[in-house]
Amino acid sequence: MLTYLAKRIVYMLPVALGVSLFCFLLVHIAPGDPLTSVLPPDASQQMQDELRKIYGFDRPLPVQFGLWLWKAVQGDLGTSIATGRPVAGEVWRAVGNTLMIAGLATVIGFVLGCFFGFVAGYFRGSFLDKFASMLAVLGVSVPHYWLGMVLVIVFSVQLGWLPPGGAGPGGSADWKWDWEHVSHMILPAVTMSVIPMGIISRTVRALVADILNQEFVPALRAKGLMDFGVFRHVVKNAAPTALAVMGLQLGYLLGGSILIETVFSWPGTGFLLGNAIFQRDLPLLQGTILVLAMFFVGLNVLVDIVQGLLDPRVRRR
Amino acid sequence: MNTPLVAMENVTVRFRGAQTVHAVNGVTLTLEPGKVLGILGESGSGKSVTLKTLLRLLPESRTDIGGSVMVDGRDVLALGPQELADYRGRVTSMIFQDPMLALDPVYTVGEQIAEAITRHEKISRREAMQRALELLQLVRIPSPERRLKAYPHEMSGGMRQRAMIALALAARPKLLLADEPTTALDATVQIQILLLLRQLQRDMGMGMLFVTHDIGVAVEVSDRLAVMYAGQIVETGTVRELISDPQHPYTKGLLAANLHGARKGERLEAIPGAPPALNEAPSSCSFAPRCRQAVEACQDGLPPVVTLGEGRIVRCVRTEAALQPA
Repeated sequence: MLTYLAKRIVYMLPVALGVSLFCFLLVHIAPGDPLTSVLPPDASQQMQDELRKIYGFDRPLPVQFGLWLWKAVQGDLGTSIATGRPVAGEVWRAVGNTLMIAGLATVIGFVLGCFFGFVAGYFRGSFLDKFASMLAVLGVSVPHYWLGMVLVIVFSVQLGWLPPGGAGPGGSADWKWDWEHVSHMILPAVTMSVIPMGIISRTVRALVADILNQEFVPALRAKGLMDFGVFRHVVKNAAPTALAVMGLQLGYLLGGSILIETVFSWPGTGFLLGNAIFQRDLPLLQGTILVLAMFFVGLNVLVDIVQGLLDPRVRRR
Repeated sequence: MNTPLVAMENVTVRFRGAQTVHAVNGVTLTLEPGKVLGILGESGSGKSVTLKTLLRLLPESRTDIGGSVMVDGRDVLALGPQELADYRGRVTSMIFQDPMLALDPVYTVGEQIAEAITRHEKISRREAMQRALELLQLVRIPSPERRLKAYPHEMSGGMRQRAMIALALAARPKLLLADEPTTALDATVQIQILLLLRQLQRDMGMGMLFVTHDIGVAVEVSDRLAVMYAGQIVETGTVRELISDPQHPYTKGLLAANLHGARKGERLEAIPGAPPALNEAPSSCSFAPRCRQAVEACQDGLPPVVTLGEGRIVRCVRTEAALQPA
């Protein structure tokens, strides 16, 4: 198990390096100078050159990458061109905000997805199965910004139960775990949870159906186990894959949904990314993508480890 | 004569679905405590289904079971859910054909055996693990302490089947059902497992129903044999009676098609044709289309059950005809 763990972590390094190179280049491939958009149109050539020097855009790309990476490793992601504040702080705050709704969304999606998946898998072909499958397909295919708006109309405008957007009276900077703040999380998280709910429910349904068809299930019954005893075995067999899918879904959600965060004005990574793109704020864009990519890589390793803990067969690979 | 451990009376099993399958068509058999009955037949003859009926392991929603099944004085077909679960494993347990598939891959062997014990006895998990260890020693698994914590995929085929046997014996059942327990194993391992099963069965005084398509294996472990064809038992008798004096043409064919006792250079005899599809219940002798000794009377109705002696039964028109004074 320890060698498996070490292997997973060592494999992670080249991936992380590749990802950072890729997101550095990606931003530089895009046409246009990042400075032109912030500078006034009548700025002198001398002023432009000076600013380029300050931001380091005058050096060759490999040097820029090396410097950027070296600083990034130390936690310095540069300074935002648009706001002049350190990127790292902005990104971390956004990641924290997104993590809150993404985490809640994943929990909702996982619980509901597993429930529907188990019901559908246990009663294949029945009315319950068709109902659960319909919900799952609906979840993956409904446009989320639309669903978000519908939820706002119903629960905020008409019923007035939940706030329509924002991160609470104090905003994200002054977050408290009280109802006034938490109530702002609910609608975005529910909207966000719909995709993982659908995917997890389809996965779990297929898993359960497959497990129930295996011969060890009658063998368990043959030794006298009743439904609950068999269910325990089904759960443990389904858990590694279901958790892996959940981990990946959390990874996707961490990238934040630009659309959902925009609909709900939630100050998360999607929101930040959108702003960075529209303002051509290069350091901010790079920093955000890098942090998100690292989260994704880290999550993958975590998923591998959990899978190895739960399924003895994985460890030997 | 004491009461039999197993008494199946005219048992029929039908699978409902797009097409109804008449898998078992009137099986009657008995097994005395402490004896071994080998059920012999080719694929699709209903032997495994007969075995599963004894544990009611067939999918209830799609299966109709008729007749009566008594095991150790219980009416198996009438058991409620709780009684059925208490009966399974405790009174009757089963060894499956492929231990790789029949063991749960994500639990250790020890956990799976202990689970079978704690299901039926009120003892602690630690005591159950201790018992599991003793069971692994009983089935002579090398270094049992280590195997207790091993997962099924970490063991060889022979060891897995030994673990499966240990699992089946966990709650000290009175009846052991063995569904081709050696088919998935290497030839050298097969004989070890057979000898082990036979010895354990004797030592523990269990009755055993042993299903196989291999006549050599059946002879090795059984006291009595029952030959199945198309969901019916066509001939029963002691091993000696069946081997030295087979009556039913199908039994004769099986014996002739066997390698044992074949001489070099001699052609092995195969039974021509294939078993019938069981879409409807047989109304005449199912074997007649493949039978070399078939006569017109074979088509006229189900062949009569001819009793040749105590527990010696043949279902064939020609046997009946031969018995009648000319």
